[in-house]
Amino acid sequence: MGGIPHDHYEPKSNGEKWLHSRLPIVDLLYTTIMAPTPKNLNWMWIWGIVLTFTLFLQIITGVVLVMHYTPHVDMAFASVEHIMRNVNGGHMIRYFHMNGASLFFVAVYAHIFRGLYYGSYKAPREVTWIIGMLIFLLMMGTAFMGYVLPWGQMSFHGTAVITGLFGAIPFVGESVQTWLLGASAVGQPALNRFFSLHYLLPFVITGLVIVHIWAFHTTGNNNPTGVEVRRTSKADAEKDTLPFWPYFVIKDLFALAIILAIFVAVVGFMPNYLGHPDNYIEANPLATPAHIVPEWYFLPFYAILRAFDNTVWVVIIAEWVSFGIIDAKFFGVLAMFGAIVVMALAPWLDTSSVRSGRYRPMFKWWFAILVVDFFILMWVGAMPAEGIYPIIALIASTYWFGYFLVILPLLGVIEKPMTPPATIEDDFNAHYGSKAASGDTVASPAE
Amino acid sequence: MFRKLTLTAAVALGLSTGAAYAAGDSVVQDYDFSFEGPFGSFDTNQLQRGLQVYTEICSACHGLKFVAFRNLSDEGGPMLPDDQMRAYAEFYDVFDQALFDGEGDFRPATPADHFPESSLSNAPDLSLMAKARAGFHGPYGLGINQFFKGMGGPEYITSLLNGYVDEPQCALDMETPMDGYYNTAFAAGGYPDECKYEDGSHKYPGSWIGMSPPLWGDDVEFADGHATDIEHISEDVAAFLMWTAEPKMMARKQAGLTGVIFLTILSVLLYLTNKRLWAPHKAAAKRKD
Repeated sequence: MGGIPHDHYEPKSNGEKWLHSRLPIVDLLYTTIMAPTPKNLNWMWIWGIVLTFTLFLQIITGVVLVMHYTPHVDMAFASVEHIMRNVNGGHMIRYFHMNGASLFFVAVYAHIFRGLYYGSYKAPREVTWIIGMLIFLLMMGTAFMGYVLPWGQMSFHGTAVITGLFGAIPFVGESVQTWLLGASAVGQPALNRFFSLHYLLPFVITGLVIVHIWAFHTTGNNNPTGVEVRRTSKADAEKDTLPFWPYFVIKDLFALAIILAIFVAVVGFMPNYLGHPDNYIEANPLATPAHIVPEWYFLPFYAILRAFDNTVWVVIIAEWVSFGIIDAKFFGVLAMFGAIVVMALAPWLDTSSVRSGRYRPMFKWWFAILVVDFFILMWVGAMPAEGIYPIIALIASTYWFGYFLVILPLLGVIEKPMTPPATIEDDFNAHYGSKAASGDTVASPAE
Repeated sequence: MFRKLTLTAAVALGLSTGAAYAAGDSVVQDYDFSFEGPFGSFDTNQLQRGLQVYTEICSACHGLKFVAFRNLSDEGGPMLPDDQMRAYAEFYDVFDQALFDGEGDFRPATPADHFPESSLSNAPDLSLMAKARAGFHGPYGLGINQFFKGMGGPEYITSLLNGYVDEPQCALDMETPMDGYYNTAFAAGGYPDECKYEDGSHKYPGSWIGMSPPLWGDDVEFADGHATDIEHISEDVAAFLMWTAEPKMMARKQAGLTGVIFLTILSVLLYLTNKRLWAPHKAAAKRKD
């Protein structure tokens, strides 16, 4: 546990000793469940449990859906309707799965922005951060391929658009696109392989989640102060921490129950709110929907993809310097993936000596703008690329890159951070102590 | 978009003259349906009337291929008595490949058979129509209208059936008249340049649809003596099509309500558990500070 001194599992009975000497699995479970956890964690530290729950929800509902689904271009749409109409509870299972994807992304974005604010990506937690980014990428791939399976109009034409992005890669683009689709156009081979990968990738994600948890259990959790747990003695460590069970399990389950109440209300009362009506029309290669819009969780990155058209001077220069190899379309693709790459590089771009944004007076504002920027990108991604919208998209995209590539490195140099509390115990006591009740200036862990 | 909203309101008030419409605009009114909201439920009588309208008028061209005759007796639907449902199914002839030593032949439909598919190639299947069309949008892509009014599929169907009006003068002046029929709710059809402003925006809402006006009022006669004016029968058939698109809606809302109540109680219990669990540590913090 990151060198945090803590109790160990002691096999007592002969049976326990027998197992422990052969496979110390109880020890592993004990260490994981009883992990010493900073006791000042606030409500933004609940998303990990929500994400774990959602991953299992998606896998379990998904496995049942596969029992009734047919991955064939002539039958996929009808088999989904069969699930909705004839399978016992099928309509609920499918709506849970469909909206579960949205719950997954709500939680993952909250989780990522939590990490960005409290500096959870900074040393020594870079590996946790990188694995998290890989999980995020795989989630996007899985969600995209899952959306193809009902074989509705948006499934079909969305696939054509997204795989078309790979066609923008210079020289090999067309070959790559054909390789991805298994044919020159979207059809049966694409449906088959997307179905296969949509079933496979969640288990890869599960594996990475285990590594993600392993990594942050090695370093210990970050916390709202960014101050490390004292490792000087077990007594000191116990002043800063409480065991994960029962303190954080119960707290997280409470938050999960509230979030699920909202989720079940969406599934029960407005299950198609986040979807597109066009996807209830069976795929027809000959009729293209008027507006092909990705699902809401892709919109911020879709906006970045579209923002860099051939009127932007960066794009013009890139095209000129590369002798036309990097054209506007390919530049957009690079920008979209680059938006995630710069986020993954945050541990090395952030130069501040203070970890948590709570003690960084200037950072706070730039971060707040980044959050607003993210929502602006999400909104403008759904708008048609005409009128004022491309300009808004370009400004918002520029800020996204500017935040990571310019602001984060510079702030560490020019900003004068406040002094964080000496220990987690101090923060916890200050928050729940008598002084906090009288309304002093101590930062609230609920922020 | 704000312009669109004001204009939609203006059109609703019958002030459509001189209004400018961006491409793709149409007028969808907000009708009140019994199944709206978390507690709304299908009106069985209305679904049965809608079935009658569908049978006597829509089914001449359109199909309902995802709906089985047995569904007509399902809980939460039109709930036809079993014998009526069987008698209804027998009105339809279906082709059965197993008959006549594998050569196939027509036979009367049984409850397990589905409604026939559309008989015209350009008449879309209506099974999912109420979910495949959105009546409400935006504003500004924020989805606020959909949140408060719903996606508006049945409203779209009702508005479409009520949306046939005389062609605007600009279209009448054309040398070759437009194909189809002018409809204020239909956005996906053809639109003549003569009716556009210079910037390409439409002078009038809607576009030209291939389907001739299917309802004129008093097209059917209801056994329960319900009103048969065009607005009422189009609402009835729209409600019926909402049921064909979402036959498990009642079960879904019931499950949603049960789930929300259960999770709310669970939240309260977990809140109290959490509070009690942490109390000694928070009290200790207070002493030390």
